[in-house]
Amino acid sequence: MRNLFNFIIRYYFFFMFLLLQTLAILLLIRDQHYQRSFFVHSANTLAGAAYNASADLRSYFSLRSVNEQLAEENTGLLQQTNASFLKTDRQVFEFQDTLYQRKFSYVNAKIINNSVNRRNNFLTLNKGRRHGIEPDMGVITFNGIIGIVKNVSENFSSVISLLHSDTHISVRLKKNNHMGTLIWEGENYRETTLQYIPPHVELEIGDTVVTSGFSRIFPGEIMIGTISDYEIRRGDNFYTATIELAEDFNKLSFVHVVKNLMREELDELEENAFTTQ
Amino acid sequence: MTPGYIRHLGYFAVLLLVQVLILNNVRLGGYINPYVYVLFVLLLPVDIKGWALLLSAFFGGLAIDMFMDTLGMHTAATLFMAFCRPGVIRMISVKADFEKGTIPSISNMSLGWIMIYSLLLIFLHHTFLFFLEIFSFSEFWQTLSRITLSSLFTFILVILGYLFLDNSLSKKR
Repeated sequence: MRNLFNFIIRYYFFFMFLLLQTLAILLLIRDQHYQRSFFVHSANTLAGAAYNASADLRSYFSLRSVNEQLAEENTGLLQQTNASFLKTDRQVFEFQDTLYQRKFSYVNAKIINNSVNRRNNFLTLNKGRRHGIEPDMGVITFNGIIGIVKNVSENFSSVISLLHSDTHISVRLKKNNHMGTLIWEGENYRETTLQYIPPHVELEIGDTVVTSGFSRIFPGEIMIGTISDYEIRRGDNFYTATIELAEDFNKLSFVHVVKNLMREELDELEENAFTTQ
Repeated sequence: MTPGYIRHLGYFAVLLLVQVLILNNVRLGGYINPYVYVLFVLLLPVDIKGWALLLSAFFGGLAIDMFMDTLGMHTAATLFMAFCRPGVIRMISVKADFEKGTIPSISNMSLGWIMIYSLLLIFLHHTFLFFLEIFSFSEFWQTLSRITLSSLFTFILVILGYLFLDNSLSKKR
């Protein structure tokens, strides 16, 4: 009788473990495959507030480098203003241009949580739905792309970092416009991997890689990094190149969230194209 | 019995804060990420009921996941570790029964016992966690080196935690 009792106790432990473990794995799988605003995320109020408090404290320590970065960006913008160009051709004059319609707008945000040393990294931003941020928006800085917004709460949002195993970003070589796919193999947070460059393309160490502009998430021509090494892996018939990232993910503080103003139109058009096929 | 629960909740809250506010911001060579929060499972009384052990691990892991944006991952790993715990204790203990409500600590057991106990469970937790994170065996050696290095680091921190808490953990409950 006692043995039987012991047996039941041991079995209940095992079955309870199995039940809870199934629940955990289900949560994990659901979380990976769907965009969900579920309550257990760092974008929720409790975790968001805790990260916000710690980020406020830490931001004092990075004031110097943030200021330096801002000064650099200001110089870059000044370079582009009309005032810094000398007009040489008197035949050309400027007028209000209607050729250009705004396609992307940007929201500034502060990073309140970041990681680089896990296989799948995430960030948390201090802006949320209230500030116009929605899932699937891109996150960039002047030096590169940072990630894609995954979950949004009222005041915070969580971002899948570029340093994540699910990241696939469409990029191209700046010098000859050949397209490739950017992934992260998880070894070093300063490097990513560029795949699917056909073997007839001449690669050189130091070539610049930028975003392709074909994605609905990121604008084109955003700097990503430079090629530091390349090879054709055994069994492949395309180049695999190592890209040294221009952005240091360990020192991020402020980012820009990209809103594509024409996204709905594009989505609608492409949806129609698929359904009428 | 109630003060015991509150005390363990306190340990968990402190470990959670240490984990997400300090350790997650420490970068050690890009490979190492210590998960010292597992100490809260190690600290539960030896004779804790199975259901209480599993539920503590489940909700503790869920809270950690909430802060790390890894829904389910730490929950699963911590559960697995909690599931292995009674077996590990049976395996390494000479005498089968402990005084009621004994918390595994250096002065209640011995330094050697605690070291083997934590190292085994930390390694099991990290192995489960890191392979779940990758979800494949394709980067096997890289993952294995991550597991080994992170386990060692967590182990050192856990032992430091044990030394720090030792006075408050001895016999009295």
